[in-house]
Amino acid sequence: MSVEIICRAGVYPKLQIPYLLEAVQAGFPSPAQDYVEQQLDLNELCIKHPAATYFVRATGDSMVGVGIHDNDILVVDRSLAPKAGDIIIAGWNGELTVKTLQLKPFPALVSHNNNYPPIVIPDSVELDVFGVVSYVIHGLR
Amino acid sequence: MGCVKPITAAQKPARCFALIDCNNFYASCERLFRPDLKFKPLIVASNNDGCAVARSAEAKALGIKMGAPIFKIQDLIRQHDVQVFSSNYALYADISNRVMTTLESMVPQLEVYSIDEAFADLTGVASAVSLTDFGHELRDKVERWVGIRTCVGMAPTKTLAKLANYGAKKYPKTGGVVDLTSQARQRKLMAITPVDEVWGVGRKLSKRLNTMGIETALQLADADLKTIRKAFSVVLERTARELRGESCLSMQDVTPTKQQIVVSRSFGSPVEGLDSIQSAVATFIVRAAEKLRYEGQSAKQATVFMRTNPFNTSDAQYSNSVTYELPVPTQDTRELLTLAQALCARIYRPGFRYTKAGVMLSDFYQPGVFQTSLFDVHEPKPKSKALMAVLDNLNKTKTGTLYFASQHGKTDWHMKRERLSPAYTTRWSDIPKAR
Repeated sequence: MSVEIICRAGVYPKLQIPYLLEAVQAGFPSPAQDYVEQQLDLNELCIKHPAATYFVRATGDSMVGVGIHDNDILVVDRSLAPKAGDIIIAGWNGELTVKTLQLKPFPALVSHNNNYPPIVIPDSVELDVFGVVSYVIHGLR
Repeated sequence: MGCVKPITAAQKPARCFALIDCNNFYASCERLFRPDLKFKPLIVASNNDGCAVARSAEAKALGIKMGAPIFKIQDLIRQHDVQVFSSNYALYADISNRVMTTLESMVPQLEVYSIDEAFADLTGVASAVSLTDFGHELRDKVERWVGIRTCVGMAPTKTLAKLANYGAKKYPKTGGVVDLTSQARQRKLMAITPVDEVWGVGRKLSKRLNTMGIETALQLADADLKTIRKAFSVVLERTARELRGESCLSMQDVTPTKQQIVVSRSFGSPVEGLDSIQSAVATFIVRAAEKLRYEGQSAKQATVFMRTNPFNTSDAQYSNSVTYELPVPTQDTRELLTLAQALCARIYRPGFRYTKAGVMLSDFYQPGVFQTSLFDVHEPKPKSKALMAVLDNLNKTKTGTLYFASQHGKTDWHMKRERLSPAYTTRWSDIPKAR
């Protein structure tokens, strides 16, 4: 896997991460000051529609196959119209569940873990979709 | 130089207002993240879990009335498994914000009228699209984006827009959207609407109107304006005019600057000690000072009041308030806090069971406007402004990050909120879970 470093991390006031065009040389009186172009805001990246975005915490391991782990935070954008293959939050059996939406050959909520069979949605039931998951926030330590 | 063509009266499009109102707002917020409660009767209780202040459609169908004391409907609650929630204002405010932001992106001008309703100026929109279609667009987008159902009423005046909204709510056949621009439709709806449903006509007023033979909205619209003005007021005359389709109330886009800030609360249970009341008053004054700075004002006057429960006739009664005028206006929490504590001690009398206390800030000045006298010795505390800014900034992201010791004294006065739902959208630890 290749990794591209786009900015350095550190302790900054909330969400204000300066994006430097040039690397800073240690001990030099910051000529880089002139090159502070903008501040990167994670909200800008992950939240396209603030009024329509909710955070939901994933529990359990039914979606590990797509990289959603227990305790991860899901960014849910309700403004997105659910399509087949989207990972969605749906109300099922009285609770919220995170699954992949399958429409063909039959509508189902699909897990990404062999221990969980797909939940087939009967024709008589209108699926209660809460929203489409647009990002996963997963801590590594 | 460019030439601007003046708009003549003939070209001016007809005025059109919309009133967008959320359906059973608090109840809808409570079940947004609870699919298990989708079709269950649900009520939200007032402060201290006293009465029902919001009901789901199912709860209304059970005959639970607005304002019904919870203890009186215990049997009904048990029998039908009615879900009871304490008021979760953090949740309602956040969801309300989302509703308003969504609406704002779709209409030329929005006036947020209350936590769950807003007026929109749709003048000119009708020339481009069908109003009914546009109403459905507003409704659909708010439901899709935020998850809250609304009803939309549209008409040439605000009062008629309110009425149209009432029609949209009351008659499901409308699909939640009523376009009341045609006068024939206005009259049809007004003829079947009791006058007390008209915006600005309360129960008291409608009783008096009834004795005059005015029972429906239409009768008020058709009443002699002079008689209405003489018997009631110019305000009701204006309402009658608005019902006739004459727009008297315009959009209020600027909220008027506050003249006073009041923070008061009923206690969860009666308290007796001065320390309890001081702890409550400390919390109130800190909040009031925060609001004051948010308004960009400084206050010269502070009032503290406390009282026992006037409805509990078996208890000894006491009620008092005291106002103090500061030599110089301030917006520093520390100064106001010290003052409020002293005022509290001044009017406190032992031996009473207090059920409510509060503070009021008044006599506002913009910072720097107040003229100090030549011999004034009251220098503002150094760096006060910077310190308060730090305080507000820290507490903006999480209330109570930084607090004054006196706020965290006795807690026996705290509001009773035993059935409070999680802060689903405003606290990381409370966000909804999905399996």
